[in-house]
Amino acid sequence: MSSPRQASAPTASKTSVHSSPAPIYTEFHPRWYRPPISTYWWLGKWAYVKFILRELSSVAVAWTVALTLYQISALVRGPAAYSRFADRMSSPVMIAVNVVAFAFLLLHSITWFNLAPKAMVVRVGGRRVPGLLISGPQFLAWIAASAIIIAIVVMWR
Amino acid sequence: MAQTITLHVARYSPERDTEPYLQPYEVPLKEEWVILDALNYIKDKLDGTLTFRWSCRMGICGSCGYTVNNEPKLGCAAFLTQYAPGPIKIEPLRNFPVVRDLVVEVSEFLEKLKKVKPWLIHEDGNEAGEYLQTPDQLEEFRQYSMCINCLLCYAACPIAGLDPVFIGPAALALAHRYNKDSRDQGSAERMAVLSHPEGIWGCTFVGECTKVCPKHVDPAGAIQQYKLTAAIEGMKQFLMPWGQR
Repeated sequence: MSSPRQASAPTASKTSVHSSPAPIYTEFHPRWYRPPISTYWWLGKWAYVKFILRELSSVAVAWTVALTLYQISALVRGPAAYSRFADRMSSPVMIAVNVVAFAFLLLHSITWFNLAPKAMVVRVGGRRVPGLLISGPQFLAWIAASAIIIAIVVMWR
Repeated sequence: MAQTITLHVARYSPERDTEPYLQPYEVPLKEEWVILDALNYIKDKLDGTLTFRWSCRMGICGSCGYTVNNEPKLGCAAFLTQYAPGPIKIEPLRNFPVVRDLVVEVSEFLEKLKKVKPWLIHEDGNEAGEYLQTPDQLEEFRQYSMCINCLLCYAACPIAGLDPVFIGPAALALAHRYNKDSRDQGSAERMAVLSHPEGIWGCTFVGECTKVCPKHVDPAGAIQQYKLTAAIEGMKQFLMPWGQR
């Protein structure tokens, strides 16, 4: 059985006097619907909100690094400069900003340590070591380091 | 007393509609029925024009992925009673163009899958016959070989939606599966595609791909593991440029 489309086969056009260029067929596909993505897509699910907060936490990390560098430079410049730094830091706005930054730093650190067991596969005796054994020591080291720093600060006051 | 449940099913006809709309159908609420049974009931008894993909009914073929109440699910694995008293909203998988009703266009994924060379690559062209493998060697990649390409992970991944060139969770997990296979020698070939902003570095570890995976493949884990491998390899190349192949 031949279809009408086969009339434009190359053999037919070769013998035709009024030959037109061979038709260019493009593959047909239906009109797809591409759903638009809202700017606020991340508000639809708590997991996505957490992800956006975690991404935002890097701003708090950058802020804390800049602040620490500023603190060190004030320390190097002498007692007068350091007391100016301390005055600035004690303003209510700066305290509020740093409380928020601290909360973001905690989120950043916790999510980072929780990532470690995902990225590291440790096998002992052919069995995969549970995630808690990989992230646990890191949390403990973090708590211990923080405790030592707090102890030093309290003792030197 | 015959109980029923209402399904709000997304309809889209490329010839008629400019955008999808929800159409309600009332189906029997049976304890043993999954979403796919309800869709087949609609197709058989209520509306033969409803279009959806399905094949095996048992979580093997990966064809019946839909968005059920805003979550990507396999239609054959989600029981109606889980959603009682309803209504249940059934839409096509997100982050894919919709062809018709619940059918999405997946050729972009198939192109991406091909890019990561998800097959055994061996220097002798696999002509040596069988390659022996210990149970421990199998265990290294077994989890990642369970992928059925159902694409629920792409529907859950915001990056796959926002960045169309991102290779995406399933393809990256399958690349990792072959990299981890003791019979494979193609990890260097795959590195160029994987260690790329469109590859693993496009992933921001939202982690939803792993949560929705019906086969517990853990694509998020696979990607993070490969990030560590790629970072170590990159550092080696930087520190010892003469030590490379």
